[in-house]
Amino acid sequence: MKIQLREICHARSGDKGDTANIGLIAFKEEYYPLIEKHVTAERVQGHFAGIAFGGVERYELPNLWALNFLLHRALGGGGTKSLKNDAQGKTLAAALLRMEIEINEEKVR
Amino acid sequence: MPIETVSKNMKDRIRIASGQGFWGDLLTAPIDQVTKGPIDYMMMDYLAEVTMSIMQKQKRKDPKLGYAKDLIQLLEQILPICVDRNIKIITNGGGVNPMACSEAILEASKSLGIRGLKVGVVLGDDILDRVDELAGRGIELKNMETGERLDSIRSRLQSANVYFGAFPIVEALRGGAHIVVTGRTTDTGLTLAPMIYEFNWSATDWDKLAAGTVAGHILECGGQASGGNFSGDWRSIPDLAHIGFPIAEAYPNGEIVITKHENTGGAVTLQTVKEQLLYEIGNPKEYITPDCVADFTTIRLEQTGKDRVRMYGVKGKPATEYYKVSMSYLDGYTSFGTLTYSWPDALEKAQKADEILRTRIRDLGLEFDEMRTEFLGYNSCHGPLSPKVENLNEVVLRVGVRSHDYAAVERFGKELAPLILTGPPSVTGFAGGRPKPSEVISYWPALIPKSAVTTQVLIQEV
Repeated sequence: MKIQLREICHARSGDKGDTANIGLIAFKEEYYPLIEKHVTAERVQGHFAGIAFGGVERYELPNLWALNFLLHRALGGGGTKSLKNDAQGKTLAAALLRMEIEINEEKVR
Repeated sequence: MPIETVSKNMKDRIRIASGQGFWGDLLTAPIDQVTKGPIDYMMMDYLAEVTMSIMQKQKRKDPKLGYAKDLIQLLEQILPICVDRNIKIITNGGGVNPMACSEAILEASKSLGIRGLKVGVVLGDDILDRVDELAGRGIELKNMETGERLDSIRSRLQSANVYFGAFPIVEALRGGAHIVVTGRTTDTGLTLAPMIYEFNWSATDWDKLAAGTVAGHILECGGQASGGNFSGDWRSIPDLAHIGFPIAEAYPNGEIVITKHENTGGAVTLQTVKEQLLYEIGNPKEYITPDCVADFTTIRLEQTGKDRVRMYGVKGKPATEYYKVSMSYLDGYTSFGTLTYSWPDALEKAQKADEILRTRIRDLGLEFDEMRTEFLGYNSCHGPLSPKVENLNEVVLRVGVRSHDYAAVERFGKELAPLILTGPPSVTGFAGGRPKPSEVISYWPALIPKSAVTTQVLIQEV
């Protein structure tokens, strides 16, 4: 079954220089293993091809049912250098919530 | 109105309110925080890297400027209440001129008829004038991300500030300060300091320092922890028009309850707090501040009531030997132009206009480090992830350029308006006139040994 991340997660993004971070948080504890398994750094890097040019790192925070992604070289230089409308990556969290994952697990919710 | 300065026995809890999350934040928030319920402290964060360079520019023009002037206007409104209710204020609004800020505060309280007010000033973070002296002592301030030497940008340096932590503020509170004004202090230090002061936490009690630091991280963006910019079920957040900013209720054992005043809008839930915890962090196991290294993977949260989230279990590690230094330098110019195209074929028209613009730029021989085109209403947020849309009602063409060549950037600004009468039809939205070049301020993060920097704390009294 295919689900979009927005069905099981909320998220917030921001900037540190030319790196954007996205915190992806499962709505329920039982959804955390799903995102931990399916939303890998590689998947996210592929999702943001053409946006993040410096690789993606992932950190796990199971205590908050959350993953933290760092998208390097994703903000057009960052700060006041960036020519992007979203120079601080504020809407990249929503862009991640567009991602679909294929799950075999029992129907969520 | 004389003010009590004698500290009482240890309190069993203190309430620290977030008043401002950035320079330009909701102006009514700090007023609500001091009037709508009990608090002991209010922290107000005013600084970002770009703010520091703007303030340096102001200070160069007038040595009495270089701090957040809004702070003074705000204090004129709330000081009598703060004095009456014994609320202490901690802020980094001193910018690059904390002394001038302190003097302006004393002036304001004088004209309000307040006597006995003590302002603590934290100095020593501004090392712009010490950069060459430090280099002479072998402290090179290389870019900590790229390893580049400072020489390459030395002549274009605009500001250089060390991030101080909570302890200079603690010293000011111990000196009896009712208001503490700092320059570049970490946002988290503003919240942690009163906990250390009130509960006598030791400088090596890493777990408690980490707990207070995490509380500071939750408070430092104001309403973003209490329902603002919430990406979950955002429709469920009540009355954002009257959002209550977050409050950290701290206990001597390091437990913290995040809450807000009753009868305010917004919400404090596990979800709103978690979103803020994840905001702008790197490796969650190593959240580095001058005071400690906090481990965000140890944070435990529990909703204990309406708009009350208890936080416990936070672990910390020893602070590092270094302070972070944030420097800024001039790095060329940018300019942006926008034009709005309407249905029918709005996107196609905007794309054609962009093509014409680029041809004319090429004919003129103008070269830029970067030229970027986005279509607002279509792809400026999610870029290539934006699904194709049939026949948009309207779209905004937005073109930006960046270069060290001022003349080229200025010339670009003259190429937008002609598109209205010489490009595709049904175009509008050029009332603002020609876009002007603006300076690019770039950042240069570095590390400095703590031993190379001296903090100074002054107490001034009116």
